[in-house]
Amino acid sequence: MTEILVVTSGKGGVGKTTTSASLATGLAQLGKKVAVIDFDVGLRNLDLIMGCERRVVYDFVNVIQGEATLKQALIRDKRLDNLYVLAASQTRDKDALTQEGVEKVLKGLEEDKFDYVVCDSPAGIEKGAHLAMYFADQAVVVVNPEVSSVRDSDRILGLLASKTRHAENGSGEVAQHLLLSRYNPVRVAAGEMLSVQDVEEILGISVVGVIPESEQVLAASNAGVPVILDNESLAGQAYQDTVARILGEERPLRFLDVQRKGLLKRMFGG
Amino acid sequence: MGILDFLRSKPKNTANLARERLRIIVAQERSTRGGPDYLPLLRSELLEVIRKYVHVDPDAVNVNLESDSGHDVLELSVALPESEDDNA
Ligand SMILES: Nc1ncnc2c1ncn2[C@@H]1O[C@H](COP(=O)(O)OP(=O)(O)O)[C@@H](O)[C@H]1O
Ligand SMILES: [Mg+2]
Repeated sequence: MTEILVVTSGKGGVGKTTTSASLATGLAQLGKKVAVIDFDVGLRNLDLIMGCERRVVYDFVNVIQGEATLKQALIRDKRLDNLYVLAASQTRDKDALTQEGVEKVLKGLEEDKFDYVVCDSPAGIEKGAHLAMYFADQAVVVVNPEVSSVRDSDRILGLLASKTRHAENGSGEVAQHLLLSRYNPVRVAAGEMLSVQDVEEILGISVVGVIPESEQVLAASNAGVPVILDNESLAGQAYQDTVARILGEERPLRFLDVQRKGLLKRMFGG
Repeated sequence: MGILDFLRSKPKNTANLARERLRIIVAQERSTRGGPDYLPLLRSELLEVIRKYVHVDPDAVNVNLESDSGHDVLELSVALPESEDDNA
């Protein structure tokens, strides 16, 4: 059985692509056969975050339209050989993605015995975002501790419960995981930022992970290496915990408290 | 009361503000979710009408769509201010 996992949010810029790259890589590190698909038609980015942008020949839409086979379009990761990337098309034609087309690609991945397909959703609630979540078995809703992001994620949670294959066919529910990202414990302690508890309470669901705001995320994207591979970084470690929890392991949340060292470093630039 | 107070009061707890605002808007949006697209507009127009007669808060009007064995029931509740009797 192939598990289809969508990473979605409603709002843009909250960390969906960062999360998709790290979760896919983390699952592959644990031996799963994983494909990560960029659904952001017209705004290809996942390839850069995964560090494979120069190896993109064919994309998602080429496969849907029969211009390339899935095998030709899947880019094998340089670091993990059970991890593959399917790039978004750069076409401006938003109708290039169709439900039948997406279904065909997902069926192909199932035949190829993939354990996980991670779908990196575009922002918004339009067609691309709808198709990214439609076939999902599980959803990671990325939220930032900020008013518009929290409100948007509540909308997305509503859509996941009603506008997906499982909801329409009555074939079970999409498992919902809330991932709080860009969390800054210093600002939370100062009363400037919503806390984990605030967000959980407002949305009525508990978090599967909390990813701290971290400078290493930018460094990782600069280098084209998913931040989960940076074992030193707090964000990387938090993503590792999150992957373990998605696989059913229980782990306590980390990095929620103000770290003295971090604060001193911040002040003195150490 | 001078400058010290001003400095001290600077870091306001805006997270509390965010939390309260989100509580209200999320509850409101959930109540009309899945219903027809006109529900939010219906709600705000009802609010306008009600405000011609009583002064109520924007979140005092609650519109809820319930599905009850085959047909939908539109539930409407208005929280009136406590001092209403004295004003009338
Ligand atoms: N935990 C984090 N700490 C710091 N910056 C982050 C974090 N997560 C994401 N970012 C940054 O936020 C920006 C948007 O992230 P991205 O993953 O592209 O979001 P989305 O796909 O939702 O639009 C990027 O510049 C990324 O480096
Ligand atoms: Mg993105």
